[in-house]
Amino acid sequence: MGIVLNIIYLIATITFIVGLKKLGHPETAKNGNLIAAMGMGLAIVGTIFIHDLNISPVIYILIGLAILIGSIMGWLIAIKVEMTKMPELVSLFNGFGGASAALIGLVEFSKNVDDSMQAITIVSGIIIGAITFSGSLIAWGKLNGSLRSVVKIPQYNAINNIFFIGIIAFAIFMIAAGEGSQIAIYGLLAAGLIYGILFVLPIGGADMPVVISLLNSLTGIAAAITGILYSNMVMLVGGILVGSAGIILTVAMCKAMNRTLGSVIFGAFGGDNTVTGENKALGSIKTTNPSDVAVMMNYATNVIIVPGYGLAVAQAQHVIHELEELLSKKGVNVKYAIHPVAGRMPGHMNVLLAESNVEYNMLVEMDDINPQFNNADVVLVVGANDVVNPAAHNDPASPIYGMPILDVEKAKHIIVNKRGMNAGYAGIENELFYNSKTSMLFGDAKAALTDLVAELKNM
Amino acid sequence: MNEFLEFVNSNLQITYILILSIFVGIEVIKSIPAVLHTPLMSGANALSGVVIVGAILVMLHSAPDDYLALSLGFIAVVLGIINVVGGFAVTNRMLRMFKKKK
Repeated sequence: MGIVLNIIYLIATITFIVGLKKLGHPETAKNGNLIAAMGMGLAIVGTIFIHDLNISPVIYILIGLAILIGSIMGWLIAIKVEMTKMPELVSLFNGFGGASAALIGLVEFSKNVDDSMQAITIVSGIIIGAITFSGSLIAWGKLNGSLRSVVKIPQYNAINNIFFIGIIAFAIFMIAAGEGSQIAIYGLLAAGLIYGILFVLPIGGADMPVVISLLNSLTGIAAAITGILYSNMVMLVGGILVGSAGIILTVAMCKAMNRTLGSVIFGAFGGDNTVTGENKALGSIKTTNPSDVAVMMNYATNVIIVPGYGLAVAQAQHVIHELEELLSKKGVNVKYAIHPVAGRMPGHMNVLLAESNVEYNMLVEMDDINPQFNNADVVLVVGANDVVNPAAHNDPASPIYGMPILDVEKAKHIIVNKRGMNAGYAGIENELFYNSKTSMLFGDAKAALTDLVAELKNM
Repeated sequence: MNEFLEFVNSNLQITYILILSIFVGIEVIKSIPAVLHTPLMSGANALSGVVIVGAILVMLHSAPDDYLALSLGFIAVVLGIINVVGGFAVTNRMLRMFKKKK
């Protein structure tokens, strides 16, 4: 019996690695996901049925029921969710994974309290699982807008850190003293949950891609720890793979925002140093209208579209695709420039545009598109702000100084669509709007683009 | 410290696997283009649902009258399978949308 199960776990582990590898290319990604899913199914079925235990039918029924309920719920959520809500969904699922790990730890601790290495494993599983669970729920709440306020109290970080050290100290005491009482474990769980809330609550909305990646990584680590507990290789390797993915994405997101992980966790954006007083002297802005933009684009050779999250907020993804198709038909060479943090999670903008049938080979990453702005006749910036702010290059006082941006300034003409003159997500003035090459196309993205498409069709 | 070294020594296999899989993970994922970062994340998220194996083990090893362990295990299985099924399903849904011009 044991041999069969071990082979099944081995196969499942291989499917995870192969699946992830295939996720790396758009053409094989779908298969990769299905391969990993099959491996997971195999591991789950094998765990339930292949063992020498004498299990009462009641337990089988309960397991079946749990799987049925969870599968239906997971499936329904997955097919209903809107693509703009992906970050919320990933946070939520993430939280569930973390909670699952913490609950396993709760049950196992009292059985293993005498073996201190096992106890360490379990305790870390409970703490990480609990932090991931409550942290993910807070991230979910912040992303869907139900939790808006960014809490800023003095010494917040110090209090947070002391609290965390307190948790570790308590955990060490529990292990050293062989304290296995239910009250102590639940206390530890509660402390982990509270820390998760404190940890994510003050983090600003612009930093959410980092937080989601980090929490994703933590869930993987919690799974891997549970794998060590059961000496179960599929859990160990699966968890580590997720942990690595999360860490790589976290680092990539931090780089794309020119922030250190520490500054994301220990300080929200938009502090006191954002207003520099020089903002007034930026010059005047030029406005334009859809018909002028249409003329400009109609006679252009190269057009680059820079979409930001504002595009998705205005539900203008479909219109922009229409615009791009129309221009392509007219012989204009159109591309999309995608900044790594466009959207609310890594790669989010690509998914939103793919949903509107934009071919993925038209979506060009920052490093590849930046040299091409020189040749662009028209750049259309829709719903993006900070990622095209030249202050990142030339204003050392700016909070986004050093952040890699899309070099739209190099283009011959820049059209910026915005609803009004409000500052961007990070609350920083954008001198691009005052550039002599820039024309502002004010108005709701969907309405403005629809007008633009109509004008183009008439030409 | 001694205890830790002894633990490593008596669990050498696990330690090796742990370290090697960290490298495998980083190598496999590093090359994934930004276009696919969201599906990668939700797919990885589904993989982290592998904790459900542990949750099932908890339920299998509980006595039928150990209501606490059974209910905690039950919740853990439900949450874990939501993570697994939802994660893979939504990743599949996303990846179906990625198309290339012929």
